[in-house]
Amino acid sequence: MIVPIHLTNRFIFIIHVFFPIKSNKMIRAVLVMNTQGKPRLAKFYEFRPVEKQQEIIRNVFAVLCSRPEHVSNFVDAESFFGPDARLVYKHFATLYFVFIFDGSENELAMLDLIQVFVETLDKCFRNVCELDVVFNYSKMHTILDEIIFGGQVLETSSTEVIKAVEEISKLEAASSSINLVSKSVSSWRSR
Amino acid sequence: MGSQGGFGQSKEFLDLIKSIGEARSKAEEDRIVIREIETLKRRISEPDIPKRKMKEYIIRLLYVEMLGHDASFGYIHAVKMTHDDNLPSKRTGYLAVTLFLNDDHDLIILIVNTIQKDLKSDNYLVVCAALNAVCRLINDETIPAVLPLVVDLLSHSKEAVRKKAVMALHSFHRKSPSSVSHLISNFRKRLCDNDPGVMGATLCPLFDLVNADPTPYKDLVVSFVSILKQVAEHRLPKSYDYHQMPAPFVQIKLLKILALLGSGDKLASEHMYTVIGDVIRKGDSSSNIGNAILYESIRCVSSIYPNAKLLEAAADVIAKFLKSDSHNLKYMGIDALGRLIKLSPLIAEQHQLAVIDCLEDPDDTLKRKTFELLYKMTKSSNVEVIVDRMIDYMISISDDHYKTYIASRCVELAEQFAPSNHWFIQTMNKVFEHAGDLVNIKVAHNLMRLIAEGFGEDDDTTYSQLRSSAVESYLRIIGEPKLPSVFLQVICWVLGEYGTADGKHSASYITGKLCDMAEAYSNDETVKAYAITALTKIYSFEIAAGRKVDMLSECQSLVEELLASHSTDLQQRAYELQSVIGLDARAVEAILPHDASCEDIEVDKNISFLNDYVQKAIERGAMPYISENERSGMVNMSNFSSQDQQESGQHGLRFEAYEVPKPPVPSKVTPVSLSSVTDLVPVSESLYARETHHITSVGVASDTGSSGLKLKLDGVQKKWGKPTYSSPASSSNSTSQNPVNGVTKVDVATTVNSKVRDSYDSRKQQNEIDPEKQKLAASLFGGSTKPERRTSASSKVSKASAGAADRPQDSKAAIVPNKTSGEKTNQQPPPQDLLDLGEPTVTVAPPTVDPFQQLEGLLDASISSTVSPSVGAVSNAPDIMSLYTGSTSSEQRGAGGYIPVTGDNLNLLSELSSAAAVRGTTGETNAAPLSLSVKGANAKDSLEKDAKVRQMGVTPTSQNPNLFRDLLG
Repeated sequence: MIVPIHLTNRFIFIIHVFFPIKSNKMIRAVLVMNTQGKPRLAKFYEFRPVEKQQEIIRNVFAVLCSRPEHVSNFVDAESFFGPDARLVYKHFATLYFVFIFDGSENELAMLDLIQVFVETLDKCFRNVCELDVVFNYSKMHTILDEIIFGGQVLETSSTEVIKAVEEISKLEAASSSINLVSKSVSSWRSR
Repeated sequence: MGSQGGFGQSKEFLDLIKSIGEARSKAEEDRIVIREIETLKRRISEPDIPKRKMKEYIIRLLYVEMLGHDASFGYIHAVKMTHDDNLPSKRTGYLAVTLFLNDDHDLIILIVNTIQKDLKSDNYLVVCAALNAVCRLINDETIPAVLPLVVDLLSHSKEAVRKKAVMALHSFHRKSPSSVSHLISNFRKRLCDNDPGVMGATLCPLFDLVNADPTPYKDLVVSFVSILKQVAEHRLPKSYDYHQMPAPFVQIKLLKILALLGSGDKLASEHMYTVIGDVIRKGDSSSNIGNAILYESIRCVSSIYPNAKLLEAAADVIAKFLKSDSHNLKYMGIDALGRLIKLSPLIAEQHQLAVIDCLEDPDDTLKRKTFELLYKMTKSSNVEVIVDRMIDYMISISDDHYKTYIASRCVELAEQFAPSNHWFIQTMNKVFEHAGDLVNIKVAHNLMRLIAEGFGEDDDTTYSQLRSSAVESYLRIIGEPKLPSVFLQVICWVLGEYGTADGKHSASYITGKLCDMAEAYSNDETVKAYAITALTKIYSFEIAAGRKVDMLSECQSLVEELLASHSTDLQQRAYELQSVIGLDARAVEAILPHDASCEDIEVDKNISFLNDYVQKAIERGAMPYISENERSGMVNMSNFSSQDQQESGQHGLRFEAYEVPKPPVPSKVTPVSLSSVTDLVPVSESLYARETHHITSVGVASDTGSSGLKLKLDGVQKKWGKPTYSSPASSSNSTSQNPVNGVTKVDVATTVNSKVRDSYDSRKQQNEIDPEKQKLAASLFGGSTKPERRTSASSKVSKASAGAADRPQDSKAAIVPNKTSGEKTNQQPPPQDLLDLGEPTVTVAPPTVDPFQQLEGLLDASISSTVSPSVGAVSNAPDIMSLYTGSTSSEQRGAGGYIPVTGDNLNLLSELSSAAAVRGTTGETNAAPLSLSVKGANAKDSLEKDAKVRQMGVTPTSQNPNLFRDLLG
């Protein structure tokens, strides 16, 4: 029974070789930018050179600006992000939260994933504002990494995410304060 | 605070952000960033930088790169930081490398070792950070270096690590499936993980695997169904609830997987009907996420083997979506309609007005989705309206990408469903006029051929009518400025062939037009070449007809100009024109016979006239010719010839009659059969076969394979509750008890009733709605009005572009009775209960076990085995409910994701909490008591934050006051 599975995967591999462009089912990028188009957080789950990233950010902003009010939160992103790319955005005060993903995902669910992300931010920063986003760059990424991991949705419960993030901050704080002590301990141990 | 700012960053960093925030132009911003880069370059290479400082430098580098500047000088420092023992530094280092580097970067080699070490670390956070890097930085060459470590982590004691290890393995599988193919069983194992988070994460790789090939996973259908059932019944811990829905994201993922597994597989689908019905019934259409689940259910229903009850339920949900005011829901509704329409074409008619509203919506996204739907429901009776709409939209947009797309759609629909030749030509003209440079050149060639050969009608008058109408339309269009090159080529060719054919226009008139065109587009050589050839043809027809030719002066100057052209092609054409004019009528007739563009030109592929010569050469001792195939040793003639045919097929236009009912007529030119030596190459007849969509029924994997690969169901079965399918009794119970959730009970009998009422309502509405829309609706959705339309369409050739207003009335009149009859037939089968999906294994008698007892994990094995014989007895799986009860009780859960907020944040509340919009005054009353308890602390926080900001000197300025407004306020 192992053999057929093995073989099927060989076959898939061959297809991959022939169509290297074939994109995988995943979230492709998460962007946070303010209403003036300044990026506040940019995470691309497929590698893109810096110039390309900038181009995408500019394009996304141009699209978002041109959207009238009271329309859907979904935009077709094929023209600047490759085939089958779609974009969901949500506007909070001065920030746009943008998820770019491909056809396999459910737009409404993505909209709620943005919501989960923002709710989590809000709980972590207590009334999150743009400044929090700017100054807590690494914490933003920590939170995002708990929700989306390598382009796949990892965790969708904001309670769980907060728990994880708090634990990380606690341990980080502990490790920096212990650091001086631990050095002497480790040197003592190594003796 | 000293140099430390309130956010844990130095004053320098804050200043940088402030100045960038205030930059008035991109240039100014660039200057600031470049200065920052200089500073960082200098600082970062100083010796003995404190760790905290270094960490900040790296963050600043990330920031610089996010703004679009090169920070590659700092990459090595980020790599070095991953080696650090200090946790925050290490994490920052990993964050930086995952953002900076690609998996083929040279520096990766320096990280792999660290990753290996960190994956073995005792500190789970270090392991997590390393796994994060693994996902992004490990490529197929380095996978073997970390693979065993990652596999070990799959059974780590921390669920956070297991979760990420699953994802890392998934990323390996995406990058190089062969390297982990022997480990796929691990995904199955993790599906039974005690932690629902890990189980949820495992669905991602399984979805990919099933998507690639569902066959080996058919045995999992039962487990997925039972998981979905348990999730939907609130068996997961409360922390997974989101806006009162139980783990909606997990439900959606499961529905996706089921959709794939059930596609074209009746047996597998039958297992799913009950649970999908349950999910739809429980779906809460008042919240966004509830609708997301409903939408996913529709997707699933439309993908699996169709079930009448579920289709009906899905249609009801779609109706709700389309009637909603939210654009998002309308969008989803249109999308869902497009999926369902393949299975039950009738449902579109119920929603015709909603669809038309969406078509006229200012929202581009919605509009495009609607065009997508219209594309799917195009038939020969409504093609005119749809294509007209598409062209109107195409003209109005400036986005080239989408313009190309919709132009190709128009061409495709026109070629497939054109009701008449005239309409086809008019439509193509419009497409070319507005998007000519974007469409494929083959489309132009097809159009020329159509004009030359017609649709296969063997009637000479129709022919000449078609041609003259084409000539007329082109003479009209030719004056327009800036026509696309491709379109001009078509115009030149048609004018050259048929400009003087019907005798309405004199040769000098046509040639004058052609010369004007060549002059107006003097830098387009292709157009000039087409124009000069057209001139040659017209003059030669004149000569052949025995008329005297006097060249216009502008034509002469054009020829003279081209004689001296740099392009040899143009030169040659000009010389040809000159010499043709000098010849007598008989010679000209032989060179360019009139109306011979569709005669086959014999091409002697075998060059048989050289046979004698070859024979002589061989006699004199030359080597005989060996064909290329024989030389390379790969004799496969059949392959070659078929390839050849395929190629010619691609170029071919569909020439058999369109869908309009009429007997197929043999085409004008019948290939003459010649001796076997001469190989005639006839212009290919229609090979444009419309691909029909087959639902390939995939064989069911009957044998479930060795136990090693088989899912261990013992875990899944017992984990989140009752070990049985939703038995009719219990399910119907839960429905009737459910109004708490705001679920409307989907009783089929009432559904049908309401449906009838709906359609009546909509018909009544229709009478009140403005006639413009009605007409449009009628022409879009009208069914059996083909014959009338056919004649009316061809009678108003020139007005094919006219808007919906002057659509023929008869088609509208015919629609209403048609619709009712359709509906009636639809209702013929007596309504059954949705739950009664008569399937022997599912309809197990309701368990006699007290559900609460099971809930508490006190279920004994014997009962479970009697209840679910198909699943197999459960041995000693860890009881998860008891694990969860602890956490659930300690969980403090904000109702519906509430967040404590201060007074000025009320808007945030309404945005964050579910769609049950808490706005204005109601919002205030609702929110006040909740926020009271936390308000004190919160207000203090905000004040503190504010004070810090001020202290740092980062006060709002007039240019950028927004920066400091509360994000959600």
